Amino acid sequence: MMVPFRALVRKDIRLFLVDRRALLMSFAIPIAIGSFFGFVLGGQGQTDTARIAVLAVDQDRSAISREIVTRLTAEKSLEVKPATPDGARAAVRKGSATVAVVIPANFGQQAGRAFFGPQQKPEIGVLYDPSHSAESGMVRGMLAGDVMQAVSKEMFAGPSGRDAVRQSLAEVEQSQSLAPNDKKDLENLLGSVERWNTRSGRSGDSQAGLSGGLTMPFTTREEAVTANRGVKYNGYAHSFAGMVVQFVLFLGIDVGIGLLQQRQRGLWKRFRAAPLSRGVLLGSRAVSASVLAFFVVLVNFLFARLVFGVRVEGSMAGFLGVSAAFALMTAGFGMLIATLGKTPEATRGLSIFATLIVVMLGGAWIPSFLFPQWLQNLTVVVPTRWAMDGFEAMTWRGLGAGAALAPIAALLAFALVFAGLAVARFRWEAEG
Amino acid sequence: MLEVRALKKCYGNVVAVDGVSLRAGVGENIGLLGPNGAGKTTTVSIIAGLLRPDSGVVTIEGRPLAGDADPVKRQIGLVPQDLALFDELPAMANLQLFAALYDLDGAPARRAIGEALDLVGLSDRARDKVRDFSGGMKRRLNLAAALLHDPRILLLDEPTVGVDPQSRNAIFDNLETLKQRGKTLLYTTHYMEEAERLCDRVVIIDHGKVIADDTLPGLYRLLPVTNLLAIELENGDDGLLLEPLQSLPGVRSAERRGGTLRVGVRDLAAETPRVLQWLVDQGHPYRHVVSERADLETVFLNLTGRSLRDA
Ligand SMILES: Nc1ncnc2c1ncn2[C@@H]1O[C@H](COP(=O)(O)OP(=O)(O)OP(=O)(O)O)[C@@H](O)[C@H]1O
Ligand SMILES: [Mg+2]
Repeated sequence: MMVPFRALVRKDIRLFLVDRRALLMSFAIPIAIGSFFGFVLGGQGQTDTARIAVLAVDQDRSAISREIVTRLTAEKSLEVKPATPDGARAAVRKGSATVAVVIPANFGQQAGRAFFGPQQKPEIGVLYDPSHSAESGMVRGMLAGDVMQAVSKEMFAGPSGRDAVRQSLAEVEQSQSLAPNDKKDLENLLGSVERWNTRSGRSGDSQAGLSGGLTMPFTTREEAVTANRGVKYNGYAHSFAGMVVQFVLFLGIDVGIGLLQQRQRGLWKRFRAAPLSRGVLLGSRAVSASVLAFFVVLVNFLFARLVFGVRVEGSMAGFLGVSAAFALMTAGFGMLIATLGKTPEATRGLSIFATLIVVMLGGAWIPSFLFPQWLQNLTVVVPTRWAMDGFEAMTWRGLGAGAALAPIAALLAFALVFAGLAVARFRWEAEG
Repeated sequence: MLEVRALKKCYGNVVAVDGVSLRAGVGENIGLLGPNGAGKTTTVSIIAGLLRPDSGVVTIEGRPLAGDADPVKRQIGLVPQDLALFDELPAMANLQLFAALYDLDGAPARRAIGEALDLVGLSDRARDKVRDFSGGMKRRLNLAAALLHDPRILLLDEPTVGVDPQSRNAIFDNLETLKQRGKTLLYTTHYMEEAERLCDRVVIIDHGKVIADDTLPGLYRLLPVTNLLAIELENGDDGLLLEPLQSLPGVRSAERRGGTLRVGVRDLAAETPRVLQWLVDQGHPYRHVVSERADLETVFLNLTGRSLRDA
């Protein structure tokens, strides 16, 4: 009993190892695509994402406008270059720059006056590439902080600030529209600022507290939240999990198609002529398919570990459990494939189509947390979703073995259902 | 040894096998002869336990097959009509697998594989992938794969189909050797020469029904004529009258096509000189004489009114 079973399993593994196409589809291609997607989708997290290309057009050339450009340039996530108005517009249209910031002439003067008074606010033009609106939002946020700092610094310490304050004071004094109380308070405030400026200008040193201008009264400390503190999101963890799921399912298709081909080629007759139960014949194929699928999962993740530092941050036992359950599900899936169509050719097209749909819905391409909520709720009916959740939980999310139990249970249930259907529907007598 | 009674098998509307019965004793060599689609493969598949018949029974050593894992299946070696081999693997790996299906492992497996390869003359190609074999070599390996567990009954489904004459002769030699070793062979073919050369008994089937089951001499006795003289006349069609020729004692038939006269006789040795003498006496000199023996083709033609080749 064991001799035929072992021989049948060994045969399947041997056939896999001599099949160049199968090796390519199980290792080279998932590794290539996984690497590419991982790279594009943010890579290992520790390396910087590309800096945003920003063009600065300074038509003002005042102390304030120069200060704004200097501060923008100092932002770590921006790559700022000077440009002419026309050049900037053309570059953004072509997509070679993401955002252009246009500071108009007299900006410094007008901004200074608007800082204290009710004067018309000057405009800074922000030209952006509509396919990068998120980046343009980031640039606008930084710009707001930098302008605030540059203008306030000049108002409290710079020579043009003194002029602006003096001018504002004169405007307030002559104003007809202001209520007498407000007028009085504003005159006091501006008068104090003017005295401050005169004093700090005379003593030659600027006061430490205000020399940098007004700043945002907070900074942010950002931390990507994974279960283990300090574990960074690794784009490769997701992309390799996705490609492993997809291409191991393709391996499952090959198992099913292989059974049909063996039946068509008459090999099945030899197997059936031997004194072997149907359990041995299908069981051996299920075992060999599971072993191969498990092996392919491990090799792909090992590659991701060695080359891209994708670690099992969670439970190793949980990871192996998810891998094994996924391998069994794949075997059941493969057996089920063998019962679908009449000919190998007809079956292959149909099952590749079905697999790609399931892979997509399972979140192997686009992570399922990006799906709308209703779709996330719906996709629990596809086995790939559980495999993806299990792999992601055990890798970059770094969750414990407990978090693997639900995916393992779901995958095993799918394996049982698939295998049961396959055994019930398998056409033993078909000649192909 | 092997007995088949009243097998019936339908595929939808097609009645593939319609009441086939046959038996094969120990060491007997049975030919199952029939045109394409006659039901040969279906019959063999039922005997090997691959197909369940709609009705009828197969017994091996007096016992019907009891399920897929019945050890009685070890008595049967099946040579499928298709080349049932893994092309991607070496011949040796194929044979190891097929031996293992019958629980053969280690030294006994090696011995069985060695003997089978020896018999079919492929010992020196054991390490080569089947993909690189010629068609004839694949056929021989296909045969070897069925011999590993030393079955007593061999079911051979067209073991020489699509094979060059050299390999065909090699396979015939193998089968004769197996016959000498006392194997029971059930051999399907639609080449009557093969059945004539190898078989003790021939079962002719057509449209799923057995239409004859006899030894070769027995089958020939079904024919009105077993020996035919083809006589080429010197002067072509020279007004020879057929009725007096037909009424000669021992002459069964006479017909003329162009300048050739075809005369069916019962006993070649007794009748030939008398016919030839009669022709000379009547003034119809001949140029050339050949004798033709009736073959299974003629038998099939006689039984069905159709030729085996274009049935
Ligand atoms: N799996 C099947 N499904 C439907 N019909 C079948 C099937 N197998 C055989 N048949 C039909 O049964 C009949 C007998 O087929 P079978 O293969 O037994 O003939 P055969 O004598 O072996 O012919 P050949 O000399 O071509 O091998 C044919 O009419 C064939 O079309
Ligand atoms: Mg056939």
